[in-house]
Amino acid sequence: MDNTNIGHHISEQFNKELEDIRNHVLTMGGLVEEQIEQAIKAFTTSDVELAEQVIKQDNQIDALEKVLDRECMQIMALRQPTAFDLRLLITVLRIINELERVGDMAEHVAKMAIHLSNIEGNKSESYYEIQHIADLVKAMLHDALDAFARMTVEQVPAITGRDENVDREYASIIRQQITYMMEDPRNITRTINVLWTVRSLERIGDHACNICEHLVYMIKGEDVRHISRAELERKVKGE
Amino acid sequence: MTTEQTRTHAIDMNSILRGRDSASEQLEITIKIENLNLHYGQKQALHNVSMDIPKKRVTAYIGPSGCGKSTLLRCINRMNDLVDSAKIDGKILLDNENIYDKSVNVAALRRRVGMVFQKPNPFPKSIAENVAYGLRIQGINDKRTLDETIESALRGAALWDEVKDRLNDNALGLSGGQQQRLVIARAIAIEPEVLLLDEPASALDPISTLKIEELINELKEKYTIVIVTHNMQQAARVSDYTAFMYMGELIEIGNTSQLFTNPKKKQTEDYITGRYG
Repeated sequence: MDNTNIGHHISEQFNKELEDIRNHVLTMGGLVEEQIEQAIKAFTTSDVELAEQVIKQDNQIDALEKVLDRECMQIMALRQPTAFDLRLLITVLRIINELERVGDMAEHVAKMAIHLSNIEGNKSESYYEIQHIADLVKAMLHDALDAFARMTVEQVPAITGRDENVDREYASIIRQQITYMMEDPRNITRTINVLWTVRSLERIGDHACNICEHLVYMIKGEDVRHISRAELERKVKGE
Repeated sequence: MTTEQTRTHAIDMNSILRGRDSASEQLEITIKIENLNLHYGQKQALHNVSMDIPKKRVTAYIGPSGCGKSTLLRCINRMNDLVDSAKIDGKILLDNENIYDKSVNVAALRRRVGMVFQKPNPFPKSIAENVAYGLRIQGINDKRTLDETIESALRGAALWDEVKDRLNDNALGLSGGQQQRLVIARAIAIEPEVLLLDEPASALDPISTLKIEELINELKEKYTIVIVTHNMQQAARVSDYTAFMYMGELIEIGNTSQLFTNPKKKQTEDYITGRYG
């Protein structure tokens, strides 16, 4: 059953608490998106300063995770939520976990940016091979968070379906990097760092998919983890 | 890991996956309510209610005040016969027999369908006599039978250890929670098939409430239980099936964990989450 209306609670205070939680998730999501954006920029332009800033800012995401965790726990203990309210809180607990992991991925990309810059000096425009996959996963995460903000699941199959493109892109970058390594063993250090980075980006796509699955649980009450895409589509349509 | 261990592991895994409320579970139905309508004078209190109440399970009725849940509960042992203005049509089948048939002996029916009310109502007699009361009015006076029944009923109601040394004390000297368990002991002494509980814990403190809930969980091994409660968390804790009623209609009935996590009807969702309709 669809019930995406957080408000209209008899208890105004409860309304406000749920509304706050939703807003905090969106704040956290926005912060995570910004971190990825900056990390990729730092990586592709070998901007060490920007990378350091990304690493420093990760603790804000961690702090938000803890706040949201506490807020959810408090509502569960004090209000014994049921039905949609309960699913919302469980979903938030899961989503913030995914977001925190994505934040770590951004931090990882930033660390790789510093690492590569130390090896190769400031060779800007050397890492454009990751730009495409970065754009794909950024858009997936953005759309997943957008679906959460709107509390709709119609877009979910389309978003999770895009993970196949990410996987294809990932495989093709690996092939490309293997060629570099074979061409000249001196490329190996750099290549491995690029591969680590691409791996982090690919994981962001997976986390975006997980967020979508949690969202379906929240709205439809259906557990859609570990099922085929066709089945997911059926469940989203409520068949 | 040895083969034995692997096998044990597999069995555990199966029971975990099956969960508490397996859909494939074969349920025997004790009570079948069919198209039940009830009027108090001009006012219709129940509208065409139909539902099955499964055997040896706990079914809870929830809903706002005046929604008809107590009325429905009272129909199951014909307590509404005592209300002059009440007019009932439809059927309630207890083991396939319509309890509203003219041939039905109401006293015999109430022996099969025991009831416990919101406020504990022990008789102003000794603890033992309260429990023996049902047997005595059936004409059973054999001391050994009575003593055995008193002990087993008090044990069944989880009260024996607290009162075994003062069985002849006045029952009114017990605490509220103990009185309520005594009333349950009195109800199960005559070995009914069904126990109807009308807000059995609403006048009790949290610890006594938990004891009653624990007791309900034990009693369902032997009895089919129907409970009315205003406390939704209590319904969620003690029942296997929950029915949500609103303005005399049965809106939704389902297994409790499903109803409280993912109700099918919007009215149910609004009620259990505390929203306006």
